[in-house]
Amino acid sequence: MQLYLPIADIPVNVFLILAMGAAVGFVSGMFGIGGGFLMTPLLIFVGIAPAVAVASVASHIAASSFSGALSYWRRRAIDPLLAAVLLTGGTMGTALGVWTFTLLRSLGQLDLMIATSYVILLTTVGGLMFWEGLRALLRARKGGPATVRRPGSHGWIHGLPLKMRFKRSKIYLSVIPVVVIGLVIGFIGAVMGIGGGFILVPLLIYLLRVPTSTVIGTSMVLTLVTMVFATMLHAITNHLVDAVLALILMIGGVTGAQFGARAGQKIRGEHLRLLLGLLVLAVGVRFAVELVLRPEDLFTIRQTGVAG
Amino acid sequence: MSARILMLGWLALGAVLAASPAQAEKLIVSVSNHRVTVTPNYSGEELVLFGSVEKDASTPANRTYDLVVTVAGPRADMVTRRKERKFGIWINTDSRQFLKVPTYLALFSNRPIDVIASPEVQRRQQLGLNNVLLTQRVSGDYADVVPDDVFRSAFVRLRKQHGLYREETSAVTFLTPTLFRTSIPLPAEVPIGLYNVEIKLFADGALLAKTDTAFEIVKVGFEQFVATTAQQNGFVYGLITAAMALMTGWMASIVFRRD
Repeated sequence: MQLYLPIADIPVNVFLILAMGAAVGFVSGMFGIGGGFLMTPLLIFVGIAPAVAVASVASHIAASSFSGALSYWRRRAIDPLLAAVLLTGGTMGTALGVWTFTLLRSLGQLDLMIATSYVILLTTVGGLMFWEGLRALLRARKGGPATVRRPGSHGWIHGLPLKMRFKRSKIYLSVIPVVVIGLVIGFIGAVMGIGGGFILVPLLIYLLRVPTSTVIGTSMVLTLVTMVFATMLHAITNHLVDAVLALILMIGGVTGAQFGARAGQKIRGEHLRLLLGLLVLAVGVRFAVELVLRPEDLFTIRQTGVAG
Repeated sequence: MSARILMLGWLALGAVLAASPAQAEKLIVSVSNHRVTVTPNYSGEELVLFGSVEKDASTPANRTYDLVVTVAGPRADMVTRRKERKFGIWINTDSRQFLKVPTYLALFSNRPIDVIASPEVQRRQQLGLNNVLLTQRVSGDYADVVPDDVFRSAFVRLRKQHGLYREETSAVTFLTPTLFRTSIPLPAEVPIGLYNVEIKLFADGALLAKTDTAFEIVKVGFEQFVATTAQQNGFVYGLITAAMALMTGWMASIVFRRD
């Protein structure tokens, strides 16, 4: 069934978009991430302009993270205070990101920016996750504990001032790194059209030592709010959010996410991290190859203004 | 001196008189649909242009005609960028701005343009993709460059790949010596707006008559509503989209709730 998208200005196959939404939703439910880093490239691949894809995916991630956040809230697995502090940084980062996005679009380097940030971010995060997952798996093989917990170790981050007690997570921590992390996630989320959950979760676990029980729920709240904010800003400044496209993605996404979450519970944690690491790494490598190889066509056209 | 001016005057009058029999032909054309509406199930359209050559008593008999049809879509500014290898990766370096060029451009004729008219006439009448004026801004100057300029040819080639620029020299068919038709394919990617159709009639390499018609592609109903809201009320549009996202998420958590 073909449907003409009012903002993207191209007809798409509804079932294809639904299936893409469901597939990405499945992955995001399984790993507890937004899935934007998969969705945006897929949309670009089916012919939707990168700028429209980034803007529309923001609202899709908002939907899937809201459904996730609701179920985590019921299980009391969200730290509201930690989420609030992350958000202070997150909103600033998002505003900065949308502004940068508009600027890069006018300079003609948006595609390059999106591609390079994908490469750097995804290969690094994916590589680290994969490596960590592999080591955990090898340790488990040898009969040792799968995860090494070092509750006593305090890095330089824990020596920073402006400390605050986050009750639900049972941690006592400086506000500065939390705000900075929120800012970074908000920024890359708005520029790259990703929720940033897959970066936020490891940062919270390894850098801030937030307990795993509250990490995913809290990260989903941050994703939700930054993505709602990003949707608003993209709609106001760039007028590029395609609501019809977003709705199809959302319906596919939230459905897929439910099945993904069930599948995820059947897989062991180390395997899950290893798989996610591989997935993130693969997407990063794909972008790297695209940048390094000689493009099929050296020329591109971009419309800059309507002259009536 | 005055004799020379007089002679020029006579020459001019002679030219007018010589040209007037050529005005004997008149073109009458119409497109099958003057208003193409974009609805949710729109997936491109094909229009038909048909017309006839009207003659009068002064028209020489058995004259064979040639037709060139130019369809130009709404105009826009566009940038063509060239990638180059820098620091091991391919990035956009050089670029050229094309000013107010048609977003859609189609040229149809009944036989190759080279046999219809001389290169001089082709250039003056802008026949064919090589002769259509595509204004570029080259560091402050406004000009159309030679047809084999790399940016211009890349621009035309890319537009052709997307079906947005096309040149078909056998698309116009004469049903009778004076009755003709051609189809105008409009792929779904074709932009919304007003399209001008210019029809030029030639015989023996000279322009005999020309006429214009137009059609428009418009979004209607839901498509139009969404597009104009997004453009004019960004804030409200954003709010609605965000609310829609929250509703979908909330419904999913209700539908799939397991406790």
